[in-house]
Amino acid sequence: MSPTATRKAVAAPDQRIEVRKTYKLYIGGAFPRSESGRTYEVTDSRGRFLANAAMGSRKDARNAVVAARGAFGKWAPATAYNRGQVLYRVAELMEGRRGQFAAEVAATEGLTPARADKVVSAAIDRWVWYAGWSDKLAQVLGGVNPVAGPYFNISAPEPTGVVAALAPQASSLLGLISVLAPIVVSGNTAVVLTSELRPLPAVTLSEVLATSDVPAGVINLITGRTAEVAPWLASHQDVNAIDLTGAADADNVVWADLERAAAENLKRVLRPAGTGTQAVEPDWSHTPDLTRIKAYLETKTVWHPKGH
Amino acid sequence: MATFEYAPAPESRAIVNIRPSYGLFVGGEFVEPTDGSTFKTIDPSTEEVLAEISEAGAADVDIAVRAARKAFEGPWGRLSGAERGKYLFRIARILQERAREFAVLETLDNGKPIKESRDVDIPLAAAHFFYHAGWADKLEHAGLGANPRAIGVVGQIIPWNFPLLMLSWKIAPALAAGNTVVLKPSKTTPLTALLFAEVCQQADLPPGVVNIITGTGRTGTHIIGHPGIDKIAFTGSTEVGKGIARAIAGTRTRATLELGGKAANIVFDDAAIEQAVEGIVNGIFFNQGHVCCAGSRLLVQENVADEVIARLKRRLQTLRLGDPLDKNTDIGAINSASQLDTIRELAAVGEAEGAIRWSAPCVLPERGFWFAPTIFTGVSQAHRIAQEEIFGPVLSVLTFRTPQEAVAKANNTPYGLSAGIWTEKGSRILWMADQLRAGVIWANTFNRFDPTSPFGGYKESGYGREGGRHGLAGYVTTGANQ
Repeated sequence: MSPTATRKAVAAPDQRIEVRKTYKLYIGGAFPRSESGRTYEVTDSRGRFLANAAMGSRKDARNAVVAARGAFGKWAPATAYNRGQVLYRVAELMEGRRGQFAAEVAATEGLTPARADKVVSAAIDRWVWYAGWSDKLAQVLGGVNPVAGPYFNISAPEPTGVVAALAPQASSLLGLISVLAPIVVSGNTAVVLTSELRPLPAVTLSEVLATSDVPAGVINLITGRTAEVAPWLASHQDVNAIDLTGAADADNVVWADLERAAAENLKRVLRPAGTGTQAVEPDWSHTPDLTRIKAYLETKTVWHPKGH
Repeated sequence: MATFEYAPAPESRAIVNIRPSYGLFVGGEFVEPTDGSTFKTIDPSTEEVLAEISEAGAADVDIAVRAARKAFEGPWGRLSGAERGKYLFRIARILQERAREFAVLETLDNGKPIKESRDVDIPLAAAHFFYHAGWADKLEHAGLGANPRAIGVVGQIIPWNFPLLMLSWKIAPALAAGNTVVLKPSKTTPLTALLFAEVCQQADLPPGVVNIITGTGRTGTHIIGHPGIDKIAFTGSTEVGKGIARAIAGTRTRATLELGGKAANIVFDDAAIEQAVEGIVNGIFFNQGHVCCAGSRLLVQENVADEVIARLKRRLQTLRLGDPLDKNTDIGAINSASQLDTIRELAAVGEAEGAIRWSAPCVLPERGFWFAPTIFTGVSQAHRIAQEEIFGPVLSVLTFRTPQEAVAKANNTPYGLSAGIWTEKGSRILWMADQLRAGVIWANTFNRFDPTSPFGGYKESGYGREGGRHGLAGYVTTGANQ
């Protein structure tokens, strides 16, 4: 253990020794360790050791993209009703685990238990909000176009494919939800690079996903160093879009470089919040609109002649 | 086979008045470029010089951007949507009044048949302005988000294949949303854009709202790099589009890109064959194949391949190639010497790769740039002529057996702009439309465009849409990035 992380006091003789969790990656519905074999120390807001998290590698990211691409073929054509139900069930399971989430958020972000509890409630409610959009997007974002000729013409939104996302660095659960839910509600699959210093709530979320009905590979969560893994996702030729939100306050990350790499296959890029070259983490307490969902949708327009 | 002899039916040139030289249209006036360089634009069907055109240098781009910014922060920015809309209605009506003049000018400068500029390009351009005029005061109802407002100064770079139409696709929504514009037409087709500047003057559009600056690729680079540009709208090659995406990386400049394609036109054995043949011909030989969404690959079901190809060859022999100003002409000139070189080169590659080449037996005029409609059979999915955009009247023919195979082949390029489906079975149309990764799907038809219908691509055909409610999104901001 590193010299900087402080240890908890040694347990008294009659105290029960807790069985501590191993925090692994979540790829293709399974929990592998990093293929690199590496881990790194995660500490709480006061520098005390919490856990060793897997340090994800380039190969882990590539494996995740393969899993996500495979899952897209099942998730995208699922009915919107089905996707909505699957996502709602995730919220049911999150609710059941709220204590665990609240403890991790409190430790990792330095919040009081009451504050952490509110954050967990907000995260669950936000997930429910997004789940309810699944079977409404086509109605709100699509429509019949009144073309000047005897044709039936309709435009509808479709998911773009595999979306990579840099999860927010500071908001380890609410921010993560706010970035992840809008990706998958419309049928995209996700490869998420979690907060580098605050990854534990994401790993607990992956446990929720694994016990829900979310098909394997739809959501993949990789813990590790943002600066190391992000460039490989930004340049991956089988990734269709990338969310650079988590570039804000990430160590050694220049989001311009990531956007430049993404241009190679014209990924749809969601830039981090902020103005100019500066990247800041958004205020997650604001009620979302459709911006994040729309960022990963394509509009398809179909024509057919009318005639007898 | 007997063919009809058609008497010549030339459209008169008298209606157009081409000046010997043109300046840049900046701040409501035609001005000389500050660095004084010029180039010529020609009629590609005869190689006759039509006019001398100014090239905007970096300083000229700066002056134009400042003029656009001044207009945005001044009178235009303060106008209500309703008032903005009325300017656009004026422009639409003037385009309709001067339609014949624009059509002849477009044909002279671009080389496309007068039939197409008169019946497709110009009417659609006017319609785009008319449609977007009505949106100007209704943006909050368009489902774009709360409080949608203009972005600012937009840099727009358009290609040579549908000059006035591409201009209307860019300027109409930009102005409807309240932006101001610096637009560069393609170097080989500046004349209708310069005539459009006169329309802006006739409509009393406030100075600086629309700036037309002619030039070459260098001018485009200056526009893209100018810090006073808030958003770029580009239609052109995928390669240049990627360059733009890289150039704006790490900035807050937004972009919409409408790039190349290699669309599959898919014909099933139960298709109405005669209609499908017309659709194939329209798909790749309309506008000499200079169409990003051209059906440049024919995917024909194996059991009807021979019949379809035989009928196709017969139909190609009735196409009339020649003087673009003749009202009976079907196939006009290739837009430039360099484009002709590209087409010839890729056609040679097709032969070298082992595909079988057949061209319609046309007599090509001596002067000008011409290429006979050509089809390649025996093409495989890995051939360059099945993957790369040729942008000319060249069709690559592949076969398939099952719908799943057609889908796999159709989707197997880096592009995703358009696709065609020919079958009489409704459920198959809808299933294929779901499976094809393309932004525009034409079923039992092809190359249909409308201002209300969003147009744009998946994957490396670009991002963003033009037209319809969706096309407005690229020209507004709602301020949120949460």
